[in-house]
Amino acid sequence: MNPSAWPILTILVFFPVAACLALPFIRGAKAVRAFCLAAGLAELLLALPLLRFDLTLPGYQFVEKIGWVESWGLYYHLGMDGISLLMVLLTVLLLPLCVLCSWSYITRRVKEFHFSLMLMSSACIGVFVALDFVLFYVFWEAMLVPMFLLIAVWGGPARRYASLKFFLYTLAGSTLLLVAMVAFYIEGGTFSIPELSARSYSFDFQFWAFLAMAFAFAIKVPMFPFHTWLPAAHVEAPTAGSVLLAAVLLKMGTYGFLRFCLPMTPAASLYFAPLMIAVSLASILYGGFVALGQRDMKKLIAYSSVAHMGFVTLGIFLFNARGLEGALMVMLNHGITTGALFMMVGCIYERSHSREISDNLGLGKYLPAYMGFFGLFALSSLGFPGTNSFVGEALVLIGVFAANPWLGAAAVPGVMLAAAYMLRLGQKLAWGEPTHAAAWRDLNAREWLYLAPLAVLVIYIGLAPGLTLQSIDPTLTRVLTEVRSRAGAAEAAWPQAAWLSRTTPPAAAGAHQGEGL
Amino acid sequence: MNSSFALILPEFIQVLVILGLFLQSLASPRPDGGTRLGARTGWVPLAGIAVLAAAALSLGAGGLMFREAYRIDALSQFFKLAVALGFVIAAHNAGAQPSLEPDRRPDYFLLLALSALGLMLLASAVELITIYLALEISSYSLYALIPLRGRDPRAAEAGIKYILFGAAATALALFGLAYILAAQHSSYLAVLTAKPWDWAEAPLGIVGLTLFMAGFFYKLALFPFHFWAPDVYEGTSNETAAYAATLPKLGAVVVLIRLSAMFAPGMPATTLLAVLAAASMTFGNLAALTQQDVKRMLGYSSVAHAGYVLVGLTAASAGGLAAAGFYSLVYVLMNLTCFWVICRLSHDGRNLQLNDLDGLHGREPMLAFVLAVAALALVGLPPTAGFMGKLFLLSAAWNRGYNWLIIVAALNTAISIYYYLNLIRHAYTTDAVSDVAAPRSGGALWGGVLAAALLFLGILPAPVFKWAEAAGRQLMP
Repeated sequence: MNPSAWPILTILVFFPVAACLALPFIRGAKAVRAFCLAAGLAELLLALPLLRFDLTLPGYQFVEKIGWVESWGLYYHLGMDGISLLMVLLTVLLLPLCVLCSWSYITRRVKEFHFSLMLMSSACIGVFVALDFVLFYVFWEAMLVPMFLLIAVWGGPARRYASLKFFLYTLAGSTLLLVAMVAFYIEGGTFSIPELSARSYSFDFQFWAFLAMAFAFAIKVPMFPFHTWLPAAHVEAPTAGSVLLAAVLLKMGTYGFLRFCLPMTPAASLYFAPLMIAVSLASILYGGFVALGQRDMKKLIAYSSVAHMGFVTLGIFLFNARGLEGALMVMLNHGITTGALFMMVGCIYERSHSREISDNLGLGKYLPAYMGFFGLFALSSLGFPGTNSFVGEALVLIGVFAANPWLGAAAVPGVMLAAAYMLRLGQKLAWGEPTHAAAWRDLNAREWLYLAPLAVLVIYIGLAPGLTLQSIDPTLTRVLTEVRSRAGAAEAAWPQAAWLSRTTPPAAAGAHQGEGL
Repeated sequence: MNSSFALILPEFIQVLVILGLFLQSLASPRPDGGTRLGARTGWVPLAGIAVLAAAALSLGAGGLMFREAYRIDALSQFFKLAVALGFVIAAHNAGAQPSLEPDRRPDYFLLLALSALGLMLLASAVELITIYLALEISSYSLYALIPLRGRDPRAAEAGIKYILFGAAATALALFGLAYILAAQHSSYLAVLTAKPWDWAEAPLGIVGLTLFMAGFFYKLALFPFHFWAPDVYEGTSNETAAYAATLPKLGAVVVLIRLSAMFAPGMPATTLLAVLAAASMTFGNLAALTQQDVKRMLGYSSVAHAGYVLVGLTAASAGGLAAAGFYSLVYVLMNLTCFWVICRLSHDGRNLQLNDLDGLHGREPMLAFVLAVAALALVGLPPTAGFMGKLFLLSAAWNRGYNWLIIVAALNTAISIYYYLNLIRHAYTTDAVSDVAAPRSGGALWGGVLAAALLFLGILPAPVFKWAEAAGRQLMP
């Protein structure tokens, strides 16, 4: 396999940008939509060579590396491992679906809308495949402006507030990421992510670097005290914006934890694990309780996202294999399920022009196909066995119980809350009174077209998660061994780290003792 | 003789431009009140391109001239190139300014070209008195330029403010120069570099150096010497503000780079730079948050950017100086790009408010895009040149003793995003159309070129950055 023969990652990242350049020359809203749909499908076809990804290898594949500013150690360095593979596939799949779900939702400034959408996809794919810290940061920031415009131009009534809050919050976090990046460059002598991950740093350095990075990623996830931008942004964003936000952008935060915090600052990650676990549990419970009280469908799903992402960060900071696997599965499944739920809200909004639950009651009788899909995605969201989310959440819960049964007992109410708020929503939508839905038509062919692939994935991953797990396992095993061995080394050199790591869950601590002996 | 003449070719062509403009300005006005023949100044940007070409050709040159007071090296040529580039853009920008009578154009461009010449001389001056003279050449012509805005009283006010502040600051610089001479017995930078610069051995020297630098802090509009900047930008015409906001900073930065080559981290003068840098960026960004007048906002933004440039100087390393040089070039480009859009939109020469930008995306999609690129570059967001400049600055200065300054600089980016984003928000998310008439033709094309340059330098900074690096290495091997 010659990696440089066909620069597949470069093509995946820059094909949407190239398509954007052609957009100004296309006239008519319909032609623009058709062109973007074609571009999205072409992108999907271009991703087919990713099937050559060797599931047994733990390292980076399809690597491309060219000098950029070599005197400053900058390289154009792309690569893909099991963690990025799933995220890239998810992003690529969502692009044409987003074009489809905006087909009749977006009526003004259609060209600019699709321009922003395509730029977003490019930047998102770039974030997941960049192996140079600066390149990562470039993509990470490049996605801010299109997302800001998606909310600020095509958003709801409070779009100004929501878009500014989104931008300010995210940028505030990433400025500290910039400082961490600079510090890593001076300390490690390179911007290359694999090389930086292979080095060890003093505990003091790790402490501050972890804090700076975790701040940026925690805002993006978002974790409990930093989550307030998310409901605002979700409620105001147009459907496609909400879908991308929930399915891809939130994952960048947890991806950052996996790609940067764990391998580069293992000792500090261990040190802060109790705090991160506590915050994750707070996110799960808080998100669940607040979702229970919502009257706006989008807000409800937004708070459910906070809870679901809490499961991801919980799984990451357990430092055991089940937890990490579960975290990655929840990342993928939350993208599929929540993306689909936001699309469903968009569908019904086009009929009722309201996102209030009370304006959309009693759909079961008049829109059976709609309710069928909604029921499936709602079941998936609450982690019903046989759907995709069950796999991820079950793995995380297994991980938590293995680490510490008390922690597990604290996380379980989160799952019950999910059942409570999703079933309540589903019940009201299906059988609520009084209904205005008599005149509304059921799903049309286009809506079937973009919901069906996600529904298939929900059931496929739910029933046969083997292939997905296979693709992430070697990478996660590598990450876990690296973290454990180097956190152990740090423990030997810095006694204060050892003293504090006793407060981490027994499984992780046990692993260290094993390493130490 | 022949070879040394080739070394100062850019300056020589600039002097020719000035002479040509001088002759034009002597022509008497036509009796019927029409535009005199001598008022055709369209050739000035073209002549500026000749200067630019000469500066580009002399990039690798080196030599000492005029009793070793004038040095041609990588640093001076890099900055001459930047000044020449800025002059071409600023002159093209000022080509048809609405608030200037056509009869006054030759005089206007004469002063503009003289000021640019002073900055070019400043880039090469390596002797304190020569530096002082070059500074005055560039300042005096600006004193006369600022009030040239029709019969606008605000412009006269701005002119007086600029002169008073300038006179006070240059007097301080002269006072400091005397102290340096008294304490260190030389006015040559090459000699001064070898002398000790700390409180114990040369207290008078430190005081003198600080006062001398104050003159350049004023040019740079660094806190607390910034008070003139917002008022002058607001009062003077848009086109003059575009020049005054950009090129004089280059002159100040090049001198500060030469002076700071004497510093090491931890020295009192370096710590002073770091404190001023932090204060300047924080104050500039906070004050800019509430501005409604776009030029005033850019005035405060320039105060903040002066702080960013100083971050590179506190590093006191080749990389830091290179980063400061690169960032000041980028600063000039992004500010001129921003002003380009402002000047095109203000068809009658009035000051632009944020609300005037409403609905720009519909009226002038290209200019809206150019403004967005310039604003994002000013924030320092990738993939623009502003990001690369900031990245180089921060990485050069990390672990050089002022890590707190880096964190302050990064946090300031988060503050500044609000008001730069306001530009984009007004241009893109509002649909209200104000009474701003259609902009002049041609503006979109050149604006597009400037925006493309900003993006190019952000994606592939290496070709330009290597010149800045050569300059830095040569000062601090």
